[in-house]
Amino acid sequence: MGTAFTIQRSTRTSRVTAIVALLLVAVLFAAPWWAGRANVRLLGEILSFVALASLWNLLAGYAGLASVGQQAYVGFGGYALFALAMFLGVHPLVAIAAAGLVGALVAIPIAPLLFRLQGAYFAIGTWVLAEVFRLSFAQVAALGGGSGTSLPVGIVAGIAADRALREMLLYWSALAIAVAAVAFVVLLLRSRAGLALTAIRDSEIASESLGIDIWRTKLLVYVSVAGLTSMTGAFIFLQKLRISPDAAFSVNDWTAYVIFIAVIGGIGTIEGPVVGTILFFLLRETLADLGTTYLILLGAVAIFVMLRAPKGLWGLVVQHTGITLVPVRRRVVFPKNS
Amino acid sequence: MDWVNAIVQGVLLGGLYALFAAGLSLIFGVMRLVNIAHGDMIVAAAYLAMVVVQATGLHPLASAVLAVPLMALFGYAMQRLLLNPTIGKDLLSPLLVTFGISIILQNGLLAGFTADSRRLAAGGIETASVEVLPGLSLGVLPVMVFAASVLIIFALELVFYRTPLGRAFRATSDDQEIAQLMMIDRRHVFGMAMALSSAIVAIAGIFLAIRTNFDPSSGPARLLFGFEAVIIGGLGNLWGTLAGGIVLGVAQAIGAQISPGWQILAGHLVFFLVLAIRPRGLFPRMD
Repeated sequence: MGTAFTIQRSTRTSRVTAIVALLLVAVLFAAPWWAGRANVRLLGEILSFVALASLWNLLAGYAGLASVGQQAYVGFGGYALFALAMFLGVHPLVAIAAAGLVGALVAIPIAPLLFRLQGAYFAIGTWVLAEVFRLSFAQVAALGGGSGTSLPVGIVAGIAADRALREMLLYWSALAIAVAAVAFVVLLLRSRAGLALTAIRDSEIASESLGIDIWRTKLLVYVSVAGLTSMTGAFIFLQKLRISPDAAFSVNDWTAYVIFIAVIGGIGTIEGPVVGTILFFLLRETLADLGTTYLILLGAVAIFVMLRAPKGLWGLVVQHTGITLVPVRRRVVFPKNS
Repeated sequence: MDWVNAIVQGVLLGGLYALFAAGLSLIFGVMRLVNIAHGDMIVAAAYLAMVVVQATGLHPLASAVLAVPLMALFGYAMQRLLLNPTIGKDLLSPLLVTFGISIILQNGLLAGFTADSRRLAAGGIETASVEVLPGLSLGVLPVMVFAASVLIIFALELVFYRTPLGRAFRATSDDQEIAQLMMIDRRHVFGMAMALSSAIVAIAGIFLAIRTNFDPSSGPARLLFGFEAVIIGGLGNLWGTLAGGIVLGVAQAIGAQISPGWQILAGHLVFFLVLAIRPRGLFPRMD
């Protein structure tokens, strides 16, 4: 006897979330009108970390590609933007998108090489890659070599006529990058490739026997994350207006903080990196004066969370309330009276 | 002669890299764990040796008497308290915990010893050299480091294949569950593996402190060199790791001969080259 059923993904909370998210994006879009200049700048920075953390989470939490070398692409994106703007005269905002494309292209030959390293060794391999990028860019005299370079005033002025408009455009590009990154993660996880990723995470052998091409799925994720990370990096260094190899490929700034964010927020959840970023900036704005003690504290909190609540803060929320704001899973729903 | 000299110095430098790598290789072999804090532990051991020398007036090489057991104890405690709870669950948890330990060690050293770069004076050993051929002289310290790394790898092989502890290591490495059934306490075996790894780390740290300048941020580079030596040499083969260290050292020496900016980069590029042509390393033993 066949029972009628339907497949559902959205829930009431998820529909509410979608509306709230749209409202939030609208409010954030209007930030230049309700927040001061310094706060808009800070918001831009926060949004760039939302993007970085969501992308790292997709890589490590969903695709099993634990990278500690994403600073390779942050720095590469930054340098690509400087090179495109300085040598080819590309408009900086266009160069952000172009840097993303170049970053993805560079990742295509790199991925097969790194994929030869198994498991945890992959992580350190990504770090070596970032070092190769850092040392290579330090050799490029036209980009300032080891001491780095600043974006020429003419190029900065070319973004927009006056300073206020310039800062608004920059902020909106950060918002666009963050929304694009989060949307990309959600859409990818809901697609066929997302289903494949979940299957691979649960059992590589079983998913391979079902005909999933593990290697191609991982390549797709690695390359697209590299592209979006490069875009984020391009924005970050356009906002800073200055780039140097040590800042561009800093493991602390672009990987340690990002991992901390994903860990406390909740690895393997969509909401985790967003929650984690908010928490991270609250901590930073209150405790950063402590200097090294602050960093020791971050390390200790991350270890504590990994040991006691490996699903992070958002994992705890889900466990206790059963809420999922952004569902990626499908549920089978039977009619009530059957 | 410049080139011959560079290659010989590179081979000797490879001995130090093999020392960095041996502990890393050991714990990966036993528990499939990659310790991201490995390099920072080497640097911490260098500071520990410095403190021991300052406090007791011992010769830097003799500081091993205290530094080795202290580091081993630290390693054992770290494994039992922080790493054992994460082993076996997934790949990410142990990796991220060691990443956290790395950040704590780096910043702890920074808070305790400032960012100034340090060096241990060892009464002239570090500058002494012997001329073996006209125009080619060998530093006494690099030769000692190389000999130490050969000895340590030899001793590790003995421990692995000739002692009950080594049998427990190999059994746990082959099949954790069956090893448990044979009354092997996995938690203790892992602790002992980390203790042994940390003891080697202590020796590497002492040699590092005498041989070059070090500061709290020099750990990650040591981790990467050790890791590259392991991969170039081939997983699970300790003599291969020594060969990997030598390949890396020679690559760096040749790079430095071309231009100072190319020293480290040349090593990294050779690592990727080996990965491209021989993904399992030059002398693989483990699957």
